[in-house]
Amino acid sequence: MKVSYYPGCTLKNAARNFEDSTIFSLNQLGVSVEELKKWYCCGTVFSMAADDLIHHLAPIRNLIRVKEAGSDSVMTMCAMCYNTLKRANKKMLDEPDSLEKINNFMTEEEVNYEGDVKIQHLLELLRDDIHFDAIAEKIVKPLKQLKVSGYYGCLLVRPREIGFDDPESPTILENLVSALGAEPVDFPYKTECCGAYQTVDKPNLVADKTYHILESAKDNGAEIVVVSCPLCAFNLDQRQKDVAREFPGFNTIPVLYFTQLMAIALGGTEENLGFDLHYIDPRPILKEKGLI
Amino acid sequence: MKIILSRQIINDPFVAKVEELSGQNLLACYQCGKCSAGCPNVCEMDILPNQIIRYAQLGLKDELLGSKSIWVCASCMTCDVRCPKGINVAEVLEAIRLILLRQRKDHLDVQNLSDAEKTEVPPIALISSMRKFTS
Repeated sequence: MKVSYYPGCTLKNAARNFEDSTIFSLNQLGVSVEELKKWYCCGTVFSMAADDLIHHLAPIRNLIRVKEAGSDSVMTMCAMCYNTLKRANKKMLDEPDSLEKINNFMTEEEVNYEGDVKIQHLLELLRDDIHFDAIAEKIVKPLKQLKVSGYYGCLLVRPREIGFDDPESPTILENLVSALGAEPVDFPYKTECCGAYQTVDKPNLVADKTYHILESAKDNGAEIVVVSCPLCAFNLDQRQKDVAREFPGFNTIPVLYFTQLMAIALGGTEENLGFDLHYIDPRPILKEKGLI
Repeated sequence: MKIILSRQIINDPFVAKVEELSGQNLLACYQCGKCSAGCPNVCEMDILPNQIIRYAQLGLKDELLGSKSIWVCASCMTCDVRCPKGINVAEVLEAIRLILLRQRKDHLDVQNLSDAEKTEVPPIALISSMRKFTS
């Protein structure tokens, strides 16, 4: 199986471990990952104003690059890229007039866009095309006795027509975690926003959100939290520095991309895992469980 | 807080502008409060999300344009998925922000961020906050 891959900006710097662990895991699962030859920043957030078409140009141009690569679908891992690309595509399908205006504006593009590229998140690819039971069969190192909470945040599940699981009570991460041999830990804050981009302007607000989300995961028994968004990862991992300052007595907890756990289970080494990019080092708990 | 209501204020073009930019029918709201109950950042807000809709119905432009709430919203869309009337509340907040941003009244002053603040956060954080809070 081959998939066209749109990385997005952060997977080439702060979230390199997200990309490395994904490519390693997909190769182990027999999937060849073909990064688009040319791509741009998607804009990171979907423009929600009815009249603001200019900000949909970047996602639509990326979807044209997918068509030029001879593909009719594109896979991405970043929750923000996924949401932005998929919502922009949906807007084009729902509003033929907007699509016509955008096509007329992009005079230099050789391909007319028709809303015909499928945007797929890696979790959907794993669940729907590869299947979790097939992943379970390829595991070389089951994540035995590791208690893992899946944190969804906002953009994998909202809005309802864009998300690929229940917006209030998703289970796809728990199902994957089980397939990897770990013990999934449900917790009530799994779809509570981490504060997202408020981290630039209001880091204290984000530290407060991070504290409550992580305390809830720990109270339910989690030893590790997994995410699928580089911004959630930053807020939940790096902002623990601010949490420790504001909430004395706070015990830290490692935050990983779900693909890093999958890579460990599929036989990955530290070279595919990029633990140097973490603020809270996940190695002690992984060593304790005999996983690295 | 003293609030003055009048036919003139209710008919202010501001109401139509918010509806146009957000694509939402403000009068659909019946004030159940589910948006405010589920909002993760409501503790930092001066006008709660359900009140924002009510104020917008009544044309209370100055109160809304001066509110702290519009800059506290993180567009997490919890309000949108929970509204029993199908109103996208986050889009209404975006519309009010945009009325200010389109007058170049930025909320975030990027030049005032120190190098340490800029390099600490990943690019995804900087770009998204600039998209949301600058013109």
